[in-house]
Amino acid sequence: MKIGVLVKQVPDTESKIRVNGDGSGIEEGDIKWIVSPYDEFAIEEALTLKASAGAEEVVVFSLGQARTVEAARTALAMGADRAVILDDEGFAGSDALGVGKALAAAIEKEGIGIVFAGRQAIDQDSNQVPQIVAGVLGWPHATWINSFEHEGETAKVKRPVGGGNVEVVRVNLPAVFTCTKGLNTPRYASLPGIMKAKRKPVVRYSPGDLGVEGAVGAGAAKAVHSDYQMPPARPEGRMLSGELSDQVRELVRALREDAKVL
Amino acid sequence: MTNFLVFCEVADGNVKGSARELLGKARELASGGSVSAVVIGSGITAAAGSLGALGADKVIAVDDASLGSYVPTSYAAALSQVVSASGADVVLGSASVLGKDLFPRAALLCDAGLGADVVDLKQGSEGVEGLRTLYSGKCMSAIRISGATKFFTVRPNSFVIDSVAAGAGTVEAFGADLGEAGYTVLEIESSGGDRVDLIEATSIIAGGRSLGSAEKFGIFDEAADLMGGAVGASRAAVDAGYASHSIQVGQTGKVVNPNLYIACGISGAIQHLAGMRSSKVIVAINKDPEAPIFQHATYGIVGDLFEVVPMLTNELRATLSD
Repeated sequence: MKIGVLVKQVPDTESKIRVNGDGSGIEEGDIKWIVSPYDEFAIEEALTLKASAGAEEVVVFSLGQARTVEAARTALAMGADRAVILDDEGFAGSDALGVGKALAAAIEKEGIGIVFAGRQAIDQDSNQVPQIVAGVLGWPHATWINSFEHEGETAKVKRPVGGGNVEVVRVNLPAVFTCTKGLNTPRYASLPGIMKAKRKPVVRYSPGDLGVEGAVGAGAAKAVHSDYQMPPARPEGRMLSGELSDQVRELVRALREDAKVL
Repeated sequence: MTNFLVFCEVADGNVKGSARELLGKARELASGGSVSAVVIGSGITAAAGSLGALGADKVIAVDDASLGSYVPTSYAAALSQVVSASGADVVLGSASVLGKDLFPRAALLCDAGLGADVVDLKQGSEGVEGLRTLYSGKCMSAIRISGATKFFTVRPNSFVIDSVAAGAGTVEAFGADLGEAGYTVLEIESSGGDRVDLIEATSIIAGGRSLGSAEKFGIFDEAADLMGGAVGASRAAVDAGYASHSIQVGQTGKVVNPNLYIACGISGAIQHLAGMRSSKVIVAINKDPEAPIFQHATYGIVGDLFEVVPMLTNELRATLSD
């Protein structure tokens, strides 16, 4: 079995985000780029499964600009075996549907039998691509898993679905899983790992190689982000004063009568 | 004129609260078009029948014994078939845990674009368009969808709907071809009582590491119950083992959008703000007057949460229990 991992390169969580001059995107000048944090859980789970199931290899897939190979190198340094990079100009401007179709075609071409991804990338927070990949491939998917047990032809996973409830689910393989915090503790890349990663194989496919011309790129995008803007400023707040008990009484009154949220 | 189809979630036989918000907004934007609802599940007749009062002209019910629990493949197949048969221009759903999972796959099956987790919707020059937050709320953008059908999921509590005009609410059964599920729900483990999920909660009271133990997190329970809301936690509190990750608010937890967010002993790190900055009213309770959270607060109280929260609970009990 070959294991696939989807990785996206995103701005570091501490990055300051500024909208560019014409509102078509953000200023990328001084941004530090990292692997989206949830993807690290996916990489770790793939490496763990490879070891426990004696899988053939872990293949990293990443679609993005030329710099996205750095994100793939991080996964290779953690222990993944090789990378498939989709950084051809023809993919630029793809929406989630286009990205999902391209990744699904690459996954099929590489003969992958199970895919892990982060539960969402922390740039657009769209939470779409892994489900689209599964849909294109006709595989089941399970999102937001925090427990994974391989059981041969199936996997048993747990999904915290909110309100204190956890769904325990059996999923037929091949399938796509998206990973959330609690699933594992991602390992750090070791120095030898980082050195080895430089020599691990990286292949690049164009839309033509994958047979997805016309389905990817800006021309095919159906969902388009535009008019980037900074969030509206919050109105000036009010610090309460006086005896603590009076402050609390005034707070509850204001929440009921002024803000009308109680 | 825009025809809407609204996917309404059903839990324990009842339509979830997001239906009112979504149907109300659909009616506002339809400008003479139809507003239909779709419900998917098992034994959902009563739930379907309740949607006319919330403004649905027509309710399409996919009722099948195999749909009692959420199954991504089956639900996506059912929703996409209903969308195709309905000829809707715009399909709306809640950006709940279920909606975020379902809509990308259903939209794919319709080969349609999806604007995910929007915080506003309006009629633009090319039909209905959305507004999204990006980069953990650090910036926003419009999202425009081309093509015959536009899908959107809406962040819960984005719209204030004052009143709803009832629709005919005629229920029609729809038989969907569900295909191979490949996904079996074995059991649902329940640990957190039956409080509403954080993502959908209209009010949240949250604590940080200063609580000091998992037991002391119980200090929020009664206030949360009185408000009909949920309890949240900062990442520091979760990492210290005081609270479960499922109630973590922030960049690596949940993004919440309540009407009221009460932050107790939470300093207001960027990581945490990323998860709650869009809350309509933010109350900060912190003994450090310099805590950054006060810069984002609508109301601030400088004080020890172990003193303030019990007072707040008493005051809520006195005013809300009648």
